[in-house]
Amino acid sequence: MTLTLENISKVVGSEVHIHPADLSLAPGTMNVLLGPTLAGKTSLMRLMAGLDAPATGRILWQGQDVTGMRVQDRAVAMVYQQFINYPSMSVYDNIASPLRLQGKGKGEIDRAVRETAEMMKLAPMLDRKPLELSGGQQQRCALARALVKGAGLVLLDEPLANLDYKLREELRLEIPRIFEESGAIFVYATTEPEEALLLGGNTATLWEGRITQFGPTAEVYRQPADATTARVFSDPPMNFLSATKTGDRIVFGDGEEVAAMGALGRLADGAYQMGFRPNHLEIERHGEEVMGFDTTLSVTEITGSETFVHLDHNGARWVGLIHGVRELEIGAELRVWLDPAHVYVFGTDGALVAPASYAQAA
Amino acid sequence: MAKITLDNLAHSYLPAPAGEEDWALKELNHVWGDGEAYALLGASGCGKSTLLNIISGLLHPSQGRILFGDEDVTDQPTAARNIAQVFQFPVVYDTMTVRENLAFPLKNRGAEAGYIATRVQAIAQMIGMEDTLDRKARGLTADAKQKISLGRGMVREDVNALLFDEPLTVIDPHMKWELRTQLKALHHEFGHTMIYVTHDQTEALTFADKVVVMHDGRVVQVGTPEELFERPAHTFVGYFIGSPGMNLLDAEVAGKVAHVAGHEVPLGGTYDAPGGRVQIGVRPEFVSLGDAGLPVTVTRIEDVGRHRIARLDFEGTALNAVLPEDAAVPGDNLRARLAPEAVSVYSDDWRVTPQSRSEEAA
Repeated sequence: MTLTLENISKVVGSEVHIHPADLSLAPGTMNVLLGPTLAGKTSLMRLMAGLDAPATGRILWQGQDVTGMRVQDRAVAMVYQQFINYPSMSVYDNIASPLRLQGKGKGEIDRAVRETAEMMKLAPMLDRKPLELSGGQQQRCALARALVKGAGLVLLDEPLANLDYKLREELRLEIPRIFEESGAIFVYATTEPEEALLLGGNTATLWEGRITQFGPTAEVYRQPADATTARVFSDPPMNFLSATKTGDRIVFGDGEEVAAMGALGRLADGAYQMGFRPNHLEIERHGEEVMGFDTTLSVTEITGSETFVHLDHNGARWVGLIHGVRELEIGAELRVWLDPAHVYVFGTDGALVAPASYAQAA
Repeated sequence: MAKITLDNLAHSYLPAPAGEEDWALKELNHVWGDGEAYALLGASGCGKSTLLNIISGLLHPSQGRILFGDEDVTDQPTAARNIAQVFQFPVVYDTMTVRENLAFPLKNRGAEAGYIATRVQAIAQMIGMEDTLDRKARGLTADAKQKISLGRGMVREDVNALLFDEPLTVIDPHMKWELRTQLKALHHEFGHTMIYVTHDQTEALTFADKVVVMHDGRVVQVGTPEELFERPAHTFVGYFIGSPGMNLLDAEVAGKVAHVAGHEVPLGGTYDAPGGRVQIGVRPEFVSLGDAGLPVTVTRIEDVGRHRIARLDFEGTALNAVLPEDAAVPGDNLRARLAPEAVSVYSDDWRVTPQSRSEEAA
């Protein structure tokens, strides 16, 4: 069961919602669509489901063209951010409803409902009404309804966004297991990079209606193909600075100059955009081969175990994530350090020139 | 600005509350310091919204008093309390421009036109909406509308307090950073008393000077992010803060040692044998893998980007460890070491203070 999108696009009026895209999802894979609101995640899912017709291109399911086929006639299930259950029906009847619509026999329905309820930890609550359940259980019920049909394609559109933080953590941990048991292709839309990492599988990053990269999740994270992907797949946002390499020196946009150390020394002369993740910024110097920058501290945020420092670096805002709790004075001058092994180098057009060398080794 | 005193406060939604479970908010005495930034953190249904509604005057408490400064405001309606509120979902006037929306609270109070113009400009800059000031609010994204709500909440400088009820729920992760940083900067600059209700630990910890953690209608701990992280007063705080939360293991404790399923775990302090259900708690950040400690097997390794989470099994009990980004995936005959100074002892869910402990004596 493979889902293939060929040159799929979506246009509404004069607005392009999805630029022509090719994507192939392998059988039994978890696929994350990662991007901010309005990046096109829901539009893409609706196209995959057959809820919307594409402006161009074809959708193939197991090699068969299903482009014009109604969603009812396809083996697709979708779960939305807002849990949708029938409030007047019991949990049992909610889970059974898609099978009843398919005209399945009583025995078969009963078996499937109980099996799915077991998997979703709803077995003790089958007689209750959805509104008597907690938010997390309501969403489990909606998930159970999506899974019970044994659909080959399960689309989850930010399914945990309306849940409490801790419930989200709990369900997120279970979703990979549920997915593995179902054997279906899962497509999971999220705005949160950390969620994508926790889910694993493959990730497609989306930005302004374009798929910027698709590959194994950890690989997209560590080796983003361009600056846009790196930005989408970084929370807090990746920090950027413009730089020019000449000989064995690198001059940053503001005139700061350092020796071209480590992998940066192997770059061809020219202009670049350099990016690094907040957790790689250091406020103490570790080692000789590090680059130093003068910044001003504008805000600190303490999480209990870590400190986020928001810094002004010549008009640009940087974020650093520092281990431990640091009491730093707002407005203070702060010299920060960066290991060249943690620097991603992009061309001025945004295309990746060299991934951070630590990520290549990983 | 004013300090806010909760005096013997309690609330039940029932006319004649009998047992303890009938109280949505159990008896509470607390002073919110003038000009401090607080977060009120807890899961759905913990009583945090009840408490916020009592402070704002939307709800009259069943028992006790609430004071702004020295004035008893228990019987005052919301309008008389001179507070600003921002809710979970945007409250904006669609037919008004962004500028008119922001100016509304000032106009309402008869502020002078020049002041309004300056103030609106400053707020628009803060929320990054200077370019859309003359657009009608209708048709803006939920994101943008919520920014207007935040801006309107902060436009008045003379309020007693600013109350935020899950204000960033509908905001994209990247924008969350920006808005939170701006709220924080604003607090630093103007020193409003702020109370920020959320179920999201990152928001609570990064925003607040002090976090008030609620569980089951009760305040279980008030502390700085560091205190909540390092010395959770209740197992709920250990579980709820941190991702993953604190590891808890049933134990017998005597002197400087805990016995966990026949294994010895050294402690950082000395304890009398505590009564009730005794557990030891240690955060995953203080569990390291090596050849000494509790025997464990690895269930799963999650790559979260900046670190890895090792899901471990210790003789049938789940145990989590946070490993550095570049940590090697450990092999066989693995043991988990719990850093003694980071282990807390709990008796019936409440933290037991050790008789002697260097860091706490200091």
